Amino acid sequence: MEHWSLISLCVLLALTARWAVSFNSYSGAGKAPMFGDYEAQRHWQEVTYNLPVQEWYFNTTDNDLNYWGLDYPPLTAYHSLLCAHVAKLINPAWVELRSSRGYESASHKLFMRATVLVSDILIYIPAVLLYCFYLSEGSYKKKAATALCILLYPGLILIDFGHFQYNSVSLGLALLGVVGLGLGRDLLGSLAFTLALNYKQMELYHALPFFCYLLGRCIKQGLLGKGLLLLVKISLTVLVTFALCWLPFLSDPQQILQVLHRLFPVDRGLFEDKVANTWCSLNVLIKIKTLLSRDTQLLLSFALTLLFILPSSIKLLTKPTILQFKLALVNSSLAFFLFSFQVHEKSILLPALPVCLLMNELPLMATWFLVTSTFSMLPLLLKDGLLLPYVVTSLAFLYFSVYLLSALERTSEEELRLGPCQKRTQYCLSKHTLSLLIKCTFGASLVFMAGLSFTSVAVDPPAKLPDLYPVVVSVFSFVHFLALLLYFNLVQLTELTNKKGQKKTN
Amino acid sequence: MAASTSQGWSWFLALALGVSFMKCLLINAYHSTDFEVHRNWLAITHSLPVSKWYYEATSEWTLDYPPLFAWFEFGLSHIAKYFDAKMLVVENLNYASPATVLFQRLSVIITDVIFIYAVRECCKCVREDKGKDMLAKPSFILATLLLWNCGLLVVDHIHFQYNGFLFGILLLSVARHLQNRHFEGALLFSILLNLKHIYLYIAPAYGIFLLRCFCFTQSNADGSVRWKSFSLFRLVALGFIVLFTFAVSFGPFIILGQIPQVLSRLFPFKRGLCHAYWAPNIWALYNIADKALSVLGIKFKLLDQNKLPKASMTGGLVQEFQHTILPPVSPLVTLVCTLLSIVPVLFSTWRRPNGARGFLRCMIICALGSFMFGWHVHEKAILMAILPLSLLAVESKEDARTFLILSTTGHFSLFPLLFTAPELPIKILFMLMFTIFSFTALSKLFRCWLVNSVEAVYLLGLVPLELICEIVYPLTHWQQKLPFIPLLLTSVYCSLGVVYCFIRLYLSVFTAPSSKVKVQ
Repeated sequence: MEHWSLISLCVLLALTARWAVSFNSYSGAGKAPMFGDYEAQRHWQEVTYNLPVQEWYFNTTDNDLNYWGLDYPPLTAYHSLLCAHVAKLINPAWVELRSSRGYESASHKLFMRATVLVSDILIYIPAVLLYCFYLSEGSYKKKAATALCILLYPGLILIDFGHFQYNSVSLGLALLGVVGLGLGRDLLGSLAFTLALNYKQMELYHALPFFCYLLGRCIKQGLLGKGLLLLVKISLTVLVTFALCWLPFLSDPQQILQVLHRLFPVDRGLFEDKVANTWCSLNVLIKIKTLLSRDTQLLLSFALTLLFILPSSIKLLTKPTILQFKLALVNSSLAFFLFSFQVHEKSILLPALPVCLLMNELPLMATWFLVTSTFSMLPLLLKDGLLLPYVVTSLAFLYFSVYLLSALERTSEEELRLGPCQKRTQYCLSKHTLSLLIKCTFGASLVFMAGLSFTSVAVDPPAKLPDLYPVVVSVFSFVHFLALLLYFNLVQLTELTNKKGQKKTN
Repeated sequence: MAASTSQGWSWFLALALGVSFMKCLLINAYHSTDFEVHRNWLAITHSLPVSKWYYEATSEWTLDYPPLFAWFEFGLSHIAKYFDAKMLVVENLNYASPATVLFQRLSVIITDVIFIYAVRECCKCVREDKGKDMLAKPSFILATLLLWNCGLLVVDHIHFQYNGFLFGILLLSVARHLQNRHFEGALLFSILLNLKHIYLYIAPAYGIFLLRCFCFTQSNADGSVRWKSFSLFRLVALGFIVLFTFAVSFGPFIILGQIPQVLSRLFPFKRGLCHAYWAPNIWALYNIADKALSVLGIKFKLLDQNKLPKASMTGGLVQEFQHTILPPVSPLVTLVCTLLSIVPVLFSTWRRPNGARGFLRCMIICALGSFMFGWHVHEKAILMAILPLSLLAVESKEDARTFLILSTTGHFSLFPLLFTAPELPIKILFMLMFTIFSFTALSKLFRCWLVNSVEAVYLLGLVPLELICEIVYPLTHWQQKLPFIPLLLTSVYCSLGVVYCFIRLYLSVFTAPSSKVKVQ
């Protein structure tokens, strides 16, 4: 079969899966008075269309910030404005100021779903294809298989096309940034990433590796010669992009402060709902929220996050290669997810993106992480009535990534990039046992996830512990994430010796 | 022959599982009134005694499939009660609770296991190249063409019907004939007839083939029949098989004396020549020719508008189409036309059987002939020709060419089944996937581009046709006055392709075997 047809089949399959998921319910469907993220996105269209830019982020008589006030950076607002213009053309009632609150209809759902699909087609899918066909290794079929697996990652599909959000835009832009850097187009890459940052502030999880990678490259070229020039160019690109995105708000410092205040709502607490990070899991044992003052919490979370991202960032700074970069992206975003302040369960999509990029190098671990990340959002997905697509897409993803990328066969120490640690482990574990042990743990964890998914649907929790299932789900996922964070750190930090070893054998 | 080890067949599992996952994702998609039809049948068979099955008429969707299918529904209903017992109440018209939807959809998906098994058996019968590239192996291509058939996905898993396992039985029967296990093949087909009687259309092919190639055990050197080789035992055994299945299926109704009632339900000739939406066949062309003639006649003042019957198409969806100029068509005429269209190929099969593959070709022509000329043909019946043709398509270049044209036009003609806006992208995506795969894979297999430029232009014409019918036309004001125009355009345009394929298939019968005899 020709190459183009293989790619188009992968893309068409991914699109079909996305659109099929979109037949299902969305967050807050029919749940007056607050509804959910679907209504939030619609409301932003209403606000941006009807109000002047200066009022978007302010609480006014026409803009009640307590009702899904805009709390994403300007690019999201512009995107909403664009969608609102299209909506106005089709049916003005969809974006009518105030009277459109809680608007729901079949045709409106179709319109909203279509806007997600269009942004996905325009940004995320091309980014994945570019990445797979230019930056990943192997035969053409292998690349197509990787692309298919990445595109079928259930977490993103379920949140964007089920729950309803536009994560594919910010993640797609960030991925374009990775591709740009990988192809040596540093300026284009920084441009794309700055746009991502201006679409969703959560992209800050990825910011440090981008910074370290670029800085590392500048240092490599010599900070006094070429490197300095590059550094200046990059900084200019970033600054100009930022300025352009924030242009309407730059006239008044009050505006900037208000936007920033909306973007970083420190007063919303250490964590909300049940999220599979350290704080929520620790909360089972110690009630941190009541025990420590808010400032201490802030400080503690900041310190811990910093502690976990520093090693990988420093390593990346000294060795700016693309593999290091991808690993650092995982380590940084996962550390943010686990330790930082005010994390949502959906933020797991941020570490999931760079993990997707490792599907080819570390198929088993990446699959494990990605399946767990989808599982960690189970309570949310159940609330949205997305049980069926959750089960189907997770099983499909698991099967195809194990089958197409032969994840279960690639479990030797070399394949897991644990070669450098071999010396220490070989005393207690033979090569064969390690691979077997990992496979068994993988299987057991899958069985546990399946069982827990089943019980949380089929069996009512005991009356005393109404939150039992969400807590078990988040603690279980947290353990996985923490272990995988340590694993990915280990791989990243020992990578140098690994490479040297390879060179010697070559 | 492909290796039958589990290692060699892992790709098959991936294809089958992949499509099953896709089917599961479609559970919450739109479903047509056929969903209610089958729910009603579940209710009828579950809550009424056998004697009332074919008399019950609370719902307008009365039981009109043969008894074995009723027993199939009866069996399903015993699982259904664990999902939602309310769906089994006859009076609960249009009942579609989430549990009901889940159960009915899952019943289609799970019974498709028969189809998957049949496809595997068919793949084993394919002549295999020794190419290394798995994606270009005939068995892989055949499996994808059958499992991922876009028409079947649309009709079964969105529109809602149980064609999957029925086609599974048909393909399994074909595979058994290809494997020279004729008794099993005959048994399967006679079971199939008792599940859905539309397969009667291809029964002549089975009859001729079994008589000629199985009951007569040998042929003369020139391929003609050797009369002395007749095996009475085989004929009697076949007869017993057929009678036995029919006895099991219809026996209870014979005892109850309900056969006339059952038959009147199975063959409702009161319906019109064409279905609400015209299937792309000869009669669609006939109707449009009639319309064109009457319009021209009025324009050139050859006809008096007042004397013509009242404009019969303005209703949009019309069951009865009154011809104004051309003579009206009666069921008898369609029957004669159908018979005339299949007699030559039956005759040719009798004279030069060309084995099970010749039979397969004969069967496809019977299916397509009845589709072209039959009474009240449904557009879905085109699958009866497309699916078996996939088997021939991976073995011969000319058949592959016919297949590409027939499958593209045939699948496109199924589009009007899904008229709801959310399903528009899905049907286009399925169609694109299937078309891209079939064109590139078959071209790669035969190492050349298969369709010529005229055919390519015709097929590409489907793109603007789709744009006009489903996007541009609904935005114009004609949509209110003449809502049937897109359907009409679709069926007329597609019928050209189907007619062309019918002719090509016929030609292949009368040209290919003679050359083969010469070679031998």
